Amino acid sequence: MRTHNELAVGLAQHNIHDTLGWFQLDRRDFLKIFSGGLLVCLTGASAWPQESGRSFDDHELPKDISAWLHIAADGCVTVYTGKVEVGQNIRTSLAQLVAEELMVPFDAITMVMGDTDLTPWDMGTFGSRSTPTMGPQLRTIATAARQTLIETAARRWNVPPATPRAADGKVINPRKSQSLSYGDLTRGEKLVKTVSNEVRLTPAKDWKIAGTSIPKADGRDFVTGKHQYPSDITRPGMMFGKVLRPQGFNATLVSLDISEAEKMPGVKVVRESDFIGVVAADAWTAERALVAFQAKWNVPAQLSNKELFDSFKQNPETDRDESGPEHVTGSVTQAMAAAPVKLEQQYTVQYIAHAPLEPRAAVAEWVGDKLTVWTGTQRPFGVRDELAEAFRVPTTKVRVIQPDMGSGYGGKHTGEAAVEAARLAKAAGKPVKVVWTREEEFTWAYFRPAGWIEIKSGAQRDGTVIAWEHHNYNSGPAAITTPYNVANQIIQFHPTKSPLRQGSYRGLAATANHFARESHMDELAHAVEMDPLEFRLKNLSDPRLCAVFQAAAEKFGWGRLRSTPERGFGIAGGTDKGGYVVTCIELEIDATSKKVRIRRVVEAWESGAIVNPDGLRNQITGAIVQAIGGALFEAIQFADGRILNPHFAQYRVPRFSDTPQIDVVLIDRKDLPSAGAGETGIVGLAPAVGNAIFAATGTRVRNMPMAPLNAVPGEQASPFQS
Amino acid sequence: MGDLVLNINGANLHVNAPTGESLLSVLRNRLNLTGTKYGCGEGQCGACTVLLDGRAVRSCLTPASVAADAKITTIEGLEQKGTLSPVQQAFLDEGAFQCGYCTSGMVISATSLLRTTPNPAEEEIVRHMNGNICRCGTYPRILDAVKRASQMIAKGGSR
Repeated sequence: MRTHNELAVGLAQHNIHDTLGWFQLDRRDFLKIFSGGLLVCLTGASAWPQESGRSFDDHELPKDISAWLHIAADGCVTVYTGKVEVGQNIRTSLAQLVAEELMVPFDAITMVMGDTDLTPWDMGTFGSRSTPTMGPQLRTIATAARQTLIETAARRWNVPPATPRAADGKVINPRKSQSLSYGDLTRGEKLVKTVSNEVRLTPAKDWKIAGTSIPKADGRDFVTGKHQYPSDITRPGMMFGKVLRPQGFNATLVSLDISEAEKMPGVKVVRESDFIGVVAADAWTAERALVAFQAKWNVPAQLSNKELFDSFKQNPETDRDESGPEHVTGSVTQAMAAAPVKLEQQYTVQYIAHAPLEPRAAVAEWVGDKLTVWTGTQRPFGVRDELAEAFRVPTTKVRVIQPDMGSGYGGKHTGEAAVEAARLAKAAGKPVKVVWTREEEFTWAYFRPAGWIEIKSGAQRDGTVIAWEHHNYNSGPAAITTPYNVANQIIQFHPTKSPLRQGSYRGLAATANHFARESHMDELAHAVEMDPLEFRLKNLSDPRLCAVFQAAAEKFGWGRLRSTPERGFGIAGGTDKGGYVVTCIELEIDATSKKVRIRRVVEAWESGAIVNPDGLRNQITGAIVQAIGGALFEAIQFADGRILNPHFAQYRVPRFSDTPQIDVVLIDRKDLPSAGAGETGIVGLAPAVGNAIFAATGTRVRNMPMAPLNAVPGEQASPFQS
Repeated sequence: MGDLVLNINGANLHVNAPTGESLLSVLRNRLNLTGTKYGCGEGQCGACTVLLDGRAVRSCLTPASVAADAKITTIEGLEQKGTLSPVQQAFLDEGAFQCGYCTSGMVISATSLLRTTPNPAEEEIVRHMNGNICRCGTYPRILDAVKRASQMIAKGGSR
């Protein structure tokens, strides 16, 4: 049930409505889009039995379709899914899975993704769910399509359906030298097939297209600048918009003088209660007009980093269910009383920013009462609902299109820029583009939650952990339960009021909970004078996690070298969202400057059967690099409703010079279902770095970031630089 | 408003833009050359990098009027008659991108480095490219791509 609780909290944190929308395209639209061919739909309803060969002219379509696939008369295969591509390579890996089951070349597949008029409803692209959920769904419809094509060919040849087989986009009759391409079979047909039940999928050990390192789809368009990101979209007659931002959070407008802006030629000021914006024919003029606004704001006194963690303890989120700990076994009190080795520590993580290189952007266009918005979001259907609500129109009047975007890392679940562009476009009577500045993105998006974590533990002298109590305030419940065998546990997430707007982030709370747990496990290992790896394996029985620990340690050469004051080795690992990760670190610390430099990272990763090894390696490497920022130096500094470091010059992110040698060890478990790999690769680095710093210096840093550019108020200053 | 003639990717383009408007804004919003990206507007991320007479500059901090005397090369100008430049080809071969939003700036920065330093040591690549952010963390592959491009150029590929 942990998954359910996590999802519920996750949804609440992400502001996602829990009402599921149903797919709304009707049969007529269907026929308009698909003039013929074979259409295969996947539906969750058991009321829809497998059918084949029925014309969709007289076929009422089910409302709960989650994906569909179309084979046109020319043999082109188009797959429709509400998932979106944000750099995680899902466009390529999902197409590989379809090509595998349908038995067509990879290049025959076109993926239509994240377009609310063309793709079935989808909750969004987050939580490492695309590979484990959408993957099998698309494989199911591809398999059903292949079977339908085989049955159609068998009828034409008047042979038993078991006779023909499919290969390379054709159905072949092995008894005679007969073959029909998929296009030949679907030409002139209007076939529809609905599948709801499980079909037999090709086992990963037999994969020929899936499981291989096919290069990123349309890769060439990314090196030539041809690919159009959301911020690159233009429409005929398009104008450019800017929105006036308050001087701080929760500010109220005292006065506004727009006369200078209104004098500028071609400038239109848009004011609708609290919303104040401007449109102009060119972006430069719109920016100048915004600067010409004379606005006075009243910003109330608000919390800063300094008071943050006290505030978490004192301000529980009472709206949420306080039904007690997620997890209790045995008696922590009794075990602690009996434990010869006891530890009690606190760990913190700061708010950090996603800082996707492409900030929020949208182009909105009204044609009559129909609104179309091109925008970068991980939740196109969620943004469609936001727009429908904002303009009081039915969702059928809103179309959101998500061009593959300049990433999100969990930071683009919401549709602010989409709503702003649509509001300005409505007022201007023309399409309008809104692109947030870097400062707007750093200030008015949302942050990865900060968190305060307390861990209390007890162990026997032989290294057996017997008591474990883990409390997380605010940052979240993901990966809060320990993978280690401990007889007596209390584990609890405490939702609290957050002074800053917070939401999803790659790995979300799994990073904070792993940082605390794996730092603490390291402290316990030292307390019982055991090697940190040996200590972990002694308390672990999950064979997958054990195997990943061993693979990482072997590649790294764990235990071969002893840490010295200037060179430290650290290890940490764990599991979340079906992925298993262990990270080993070698770092150097300068004796005088105390500057920490990560020299080498070995990360072993296992997430079941690998769909695209090269894409996965890229993804895991990226997670490691991104993790360096949160581990060592990323922190949002804030006071009185303002972000104090909303620029890359002040908010440091990892660069080339921060990048160590990275070895990724992939374990391909073809016998296990594929899990998502977008997030959990990020969780091992921070604790491994902290453990390596301790191994070198004897100093334990329990606050992330561990070596910030400027000391974070309210935290003990780190002795280390980065 | 001023009438400017900009030499972009070998063509003289007329554009009417106010004094002070950045080259990035003119490229993206007036000429629809959207391969050059906005990332910060402050010269901190490198997404907007273009070549002025072969030298990498941040187009977000360069007024378009300043660029009027120079030969401007954007990402759209590197491909010649359907053939990718060695740096573009190397990025493609190494799969040196994830979301790809930084790629234009990375390719342009690397192109300028290899023009003056055809066989750079790793430290030189890091120093030259350190102003370009890849938030997806693809740095190791980008380093490999720059090295590969350097080898391609040594074997006779044009820059």
